[in-house]
Amino acid sequence: MEDAKKGLGVAGLAGLMLAAGAGAYLSTRKDKRHTSPDDAPGHTARRGFGAYDVIGRTVTIARPREELYAFWRDFSNLATFMENIVSVKPTGDNGRAVWTILAPAGRTVEVETEIVSEQPGELIAWRSVPGSQIDTEGRVTFADAPGERGTRVGVRVAYKPPAGELGRVVAKLFMREPEIQARHDLKRFKMLMEAGEIATSARRKDQTRAAKQEQSPAYKNEETA
Amino acid sequence: MRALTWQGTQNVQVDTVDDPEIINPRDAIIKITSTAICGSDLHLYDGVIPGVLPGDVLGHEFMGEVVETGPKSTLQKGQRVVVPFTISCGQCFHCNIQQFSCCDNSNPVEKQDMGAALYGHSMSGLFGYSHLTGGYSGGQAEYVRVPYSDVGPIVIPDHLEDEKVLFLSDILPTGWMAAENADIQPDDTVAVWGCGPVGLFAIQSALVMGASQVIAIDHYPHRLELARSLGAKVINFRETNVQEALMEMSGGIGVDAVIDAVGMEAHGFAIDNMLDVAKQKIGIGADRASALKQAIIAVRKGGRVSIPGVYGGMTDKFPLGAVMEKGLQVKTGQTHVQKYLKELLAKIEDGTLDTTFLISHRLPLEQAAEGYKNFKQQQDTWTKVVLKPGMEA
Repeated sequence: MEDAKKGLGVAGLAGLMLAAGAGAYLSTRKDKRHTSPDDAPGHTARRGFGAYDVIGRTVTIARPREELYAFWRDFSNLATFMENIVSVKPTGDNGRAVWTILAPAGRTVEVETEIVSEQPGELIAWRSVPGSQIDTEGRVTFADAPGERGTRVGVRVAYKPPAGELGRVVAKLFMREPEIQARHDLKRFKMLMEAGEIATSARRKDQTRAAKQEQSPAYKNEETA
Repeated sequence: MRALTWQGTQNVQVDTVDDPEIINPRDAIIKITSTAICGSDLHLYDGVIPGVLPGDVLGHEFMGEVVETGPKSTLQKGQRVVVPFTISCGQCFHCNIQQFSCCDNSNPVEKQDMGAALYGHSMSGLFGYSHLTGGYSGGQAEYVRVPYSDVGPIVIPDHLEDEKVLFLSDILPTGWMAAENADIQPDDTVAVWGCGPVGLFAIQSALVMGASQVIAIDHYPHRLELARSLGAKVINFRETNVQEALMEMSGGIGVDAVIDAVGMEAHGFAIDNMLDVAKQKIGIGADRASALKQAIIAVRKGGRVSIPGVYGGMTDKFPLGAVMEKGLQVKTGQTHVQKYLKELLAKIEDGTLDTTFLISHRLPLEQAAEGYKNFKQQQDTWTKVVLKPGMEA
């Protein structure tokens, strides 16, 4: 069990970004005990959130809100821009899904989530189901940007770091620190929606990051599964 | 394929590397027919731009023939195209308002962190430059993969030979945007520091835009001669007190607009520039900005400062007081090449602009390393080197 937790600490956190839903921690206002005289989103606070880590990131995408919402709501699309997600498979029509997340050494970790709130075209919120190896919740919001700028897409995720500070340090070494991963994943989402493709400076297909990752045993297992 | 690769400071060589292939739907593969060495390639050559790795293929001024297209490319095999050095998706907020060099999407995600840390935001991808700008393989090669080929490259009519249009890729639009950024008015005196290719094209552009007088500043006699042949008055800063001369030549007002076409490796005699040379050599990211500092002092009150010259890091002892107290306007940036292509191609076709005078040397791609060395060491006479992959040695 301890090993499984460490695995999540290193690699699974990327998945948390997807899986959204942690109530109070995701609020745009800082909580009362720490009332702050500004209007900045809660996750930009310099202080911590107790047992949970909270990450958040907003991008503006020059596409209509409904189109972005629809793409995201089909969870099976998420693996196309979330680098450490091998797959997201809906497990029924109640919004439950199993996320297969890449871990070091070709291992994978699975997390099951359920949708806790949904407003078409505006918001999807999710959390891990009881008994999950990761305790997480998060949400993605879609709001019209001013004028012709498209849509503001915001992702907020709260999670308990599985292996404490050590887990985060190791995760950083693997470039899978969730803050970085969330930022990168959202930028890939933006590229895919605006330009129709994800930028690469490789000269050949087999030199792209995606190709190198797909050579990992985790993806091979997925194909044969 | 054969390609010019960076190996280390002042060390480039032509190597055999993997051929490029179509990766994304909007890609095209171009077979290079002509490619030039840019002054900003010399910043890479000298190792003063961060994020260049051994084996990187350089070159961002190139043109050629379309030999392969992805399913969403609008190009056709056999078309001749000039490719902008800025890689831009054409569909993000910045591209939509023609700030192509600010494209959000062309710099690969994993390459954006360094730029974001240095500048607060990452910039667009550029061909053959630093990994700060994507680490894309450049065009000093036999072939190149061109992303977003439906919005970047401009198709060239058959009757225009390569050398007439090659500089649409970078230096002509860069010189043009430099003049545009100087917001030139009909009675203006405009001073241009640096008579390299961008400076010379800025001089040409400023005159086309109606400046009454353009003054060119350099220390290489041949380059000053080229500037004079375009219609500029010239100052050799080794012979003349520039500040005093500019005041006199502008009737005691000061020049209305200044253009720094020198950038981060400026020559200069002032003590602060000598200190900056030393700091740059130890690699702490200090830009030498003596041309820009001089320009800011020389420009008139309420004047305009345009900076096409390349800077990459921090500048010490910058005369910010002069910028504020004199009420100056400053405009700069990597060129939004795609914005200017049609307009400038038309000006080449109707004879308003001729850029072929600049080319001093033509070499086979195999001799590219020699081209770099001479372009660096003999700046007076090696004004522009064009490399031709197919040319016999």
